[in-house]
Amino acid sequence: MAKLVSSRKLRYYALATAVFFLLGVLLSGCGAPQKQSEAEKIKIGINYELSGKVATYGTSCKNGVVLALEEINKAGGVLGKQIEVIVRDNKSDTAESVNVATQLASMGVVAMIGPATTGDVMAAEPVATSNRIPLLTTSATAPTVTFDEEKNKVREYIFRICIIDPDQAMVMADFVWNNLKLKKGAIMMDTGNDYSKGLAEKFKEYFEAKGGKIVATEGFVDTDTVFKPQLTKIWAKKPEFIYIPAYYNQVGLIVKQARELGIDVPFLGADGWDSPELVSIAGAKALNNTYFTNHYSSQDPSPEVQAFVKAYKEKYGVEPDSFAALGYDAGRLMAEAIKQAGAADPQKIRDALEKIKDFPGITGKLSFDEKHNPIKEVAIIKMVDGKQELVTKLVPKR
Amino acid sequence: MQEFFQQLLNGLSLGSIYALIAVGYTMVYGIIQLINFAHGDVLMVGAYVGLGMALAGFGLVPSILVAMLVCAVLGVVLERVAYRPLRNASRLAALTSAIGASLFLEYGMMAVFSPRTRSYPVLLPDKIYNFYGIRIATKDFLILGTTLVLVVFLQYIVYRTKTGKAMRAVSFDKDAARLMGINVDSTIAVTFALGSALAAAAGVLIGIYFNAVYPLMGLMPGLKAFVAAVLGGIGNIPGAMVGGILLGMTEALVSGYGGSMFRDAVAFAILILILLVKPTGLLGTRVEEKV
Repeated sequence: MAKLVSSRKLRYYALATAVFFLLGVLLSGCGAPQKQSEAEKIKIGINYELSGKVATYGTSCKNGVVLALEEINKAGGVLGKQIEVIVRDNKSDTAESVNVATQLASMGVVAMIGPATTGDVMAAEPVATSNRIPLLTTSATAPTVTFDEEKNKVREYIFRICIIDPDQAMVMADFVWNNLKLKKGAIMMDTGNDYSKGLAEKFKEYFEAKGGKIVATEGFVDTDTVFKPQLTKIWAKKPEFIYIPAYYNQVGLIVKQARELGIDVPFLGADGWDSPELVSIAGAKALNNTYFTNHYSSQDPSPEVQAFVKAYKEKYGVEPDSFAALGYDAGRLMAEAIKQAGAADPQKIRDALEKIKDFPGITGKLSFDEKHNPIKEVAIIKMVDGKQELVTKLVPKR
Repeated sequence: MQEFFQQLLNGLSLGSIYALIAVGYTMVYGIIQLINFAHGDVLMVGAYVGLGMALAGFGLVPSILVAMLVCAVLGVVLERVAYRPLRNASRLAALTSAIGASLFLEYGMMAVFSPRTRSYPVLLPDKIYNFYGIRIATKDFLILGTTLVLVVFLQYIVYRTKTGKAMRAVSFDKDAARLMGINVDSTIAVTFALGSALAAAAGVLIGIYFNAVYPLMGLMPGLKAFVAAVLGGIGNIPGAMVGGILLGMTEALVSGYGGSMFRDAVAFAILILILLVKPTGLLGTRVEEKV
């Protein structure tokens, strides 16, 4: 065998490695927390999925956050200072999410908002924790985001503003049993997706605890486009409703194909349904007699919600979805936490976030529990001729 | 029993979609032995072009025709830029270039048109027929019918026309074909134009079938169609159709009777078994390697 590397080459490698490490040390030196007291502006970092496969979620969240912080700046900022919003795109990629978080930390942000999805938040989490910068996610719903189950310890610097999945499943089980009065159902879930599997599992648990029965559970994967085999099988078991905790693009196809097969029972789902695309994929007629749980409804008549909807439409020209509403609440909540902290200091902001009580968000009144999850009501939305209608708002009875 | 027939029908409609894509895939492979991984993405571009036409108010037929034309040009350009310079390089280099072309189309499209899912306006009456409780939609007939027509059409071109003769000659031996006065470059370009036009037709039909057009729509159907083409005997056009329908039926029946959680695992295990018994695929014939 030939020598792999000549001794001369080896020297180059050694030199390159040394330079690399030196650079690393220098760069990480820049990343050390800087004194903020002299800075004119308070920097908040925004790390969102602005391109890539979940770009619609990230873009809506970012729009909401930016709208909220602009309003706060217009009203004089916080602690007499303006907020500088630094927006970065993580391309719906976990590796990019780490890069963005590192970059933001080195720019001296006092807090980070985003990413939108569980995977990207989990990637950014070590950066936030090791730099001791609070990270507020709008929409990552998996329990593990704020609570490390292995160590049985809360992730100190991570907070979320959205309801967690078990709450959605619990509220839906309540609604089916008490309001729709149905006793026998089936579940269809995305077997390659923790969000979908988690909701399906919890829904089954809560629904059966009430005395209900799940007669069939079928799975699919996110690249599937034909669902008739599973639907045919489920339909043979005569369920009174079908629960599909999945994302809108699959849900749209499933509901459409189910109606083609003559399945006329109600379909139920969760916040993954919330997208204008759902109606264009499934068709308005197929979606009649379907319900889903969500963080908020733009149809909510409360004046705060309507003011937000109006401002958002003026700025972006579209109806705000729930991601936009969560983003808006995240921006305002972060400003409130900075105000209560009394200083633009990451550690103090973290402590203030933990103490937030009954914050009046447009997605519901919010306090954090000991696992940094919000305790707030869940909206139940019904599809009527392609339009969302708010049916009721229920508080999960944990 | 009624459920069983419904499942068979479900499998048939799924399988004819795989078959529709596999036919174009297998033809390009048959002629130049290149696995064109960008085939699914050309399909996606076709779906977008068709969508643009449909939104501009054109009907089904003009939309498909324009999409086919645009993609034929795209196919020729792709061949010229990404494959021809590598024709004499190793097979692996061409394959890598194909993967690159595929990613370029996917993410280029995403950058230009955003990853948003778009839907077709209604081009076809969405009618559902009910035979003794077994339900079938108009669009199922459309996909199956189109696949059949394309198979016959391609068989005709490849075996009954002069261009087809040139294609087959090139596929056997490029150098000998060139010595016989065949223009190898233009023959391969025609092959790509044809294959890409087929992909475009499939793209528009699939866009209508699922009512969803997005930049990654060609990825998974493309892979499944590739498997279908291998199963049927790659390079063999009727084989691609048989392979596609077999794959679709297997998936539907496994979902219906085995459990949807294990569908892909079981379906592919069956396919591996078939290939173990018949490595050249169902309708494939062993071709002597050139020395």
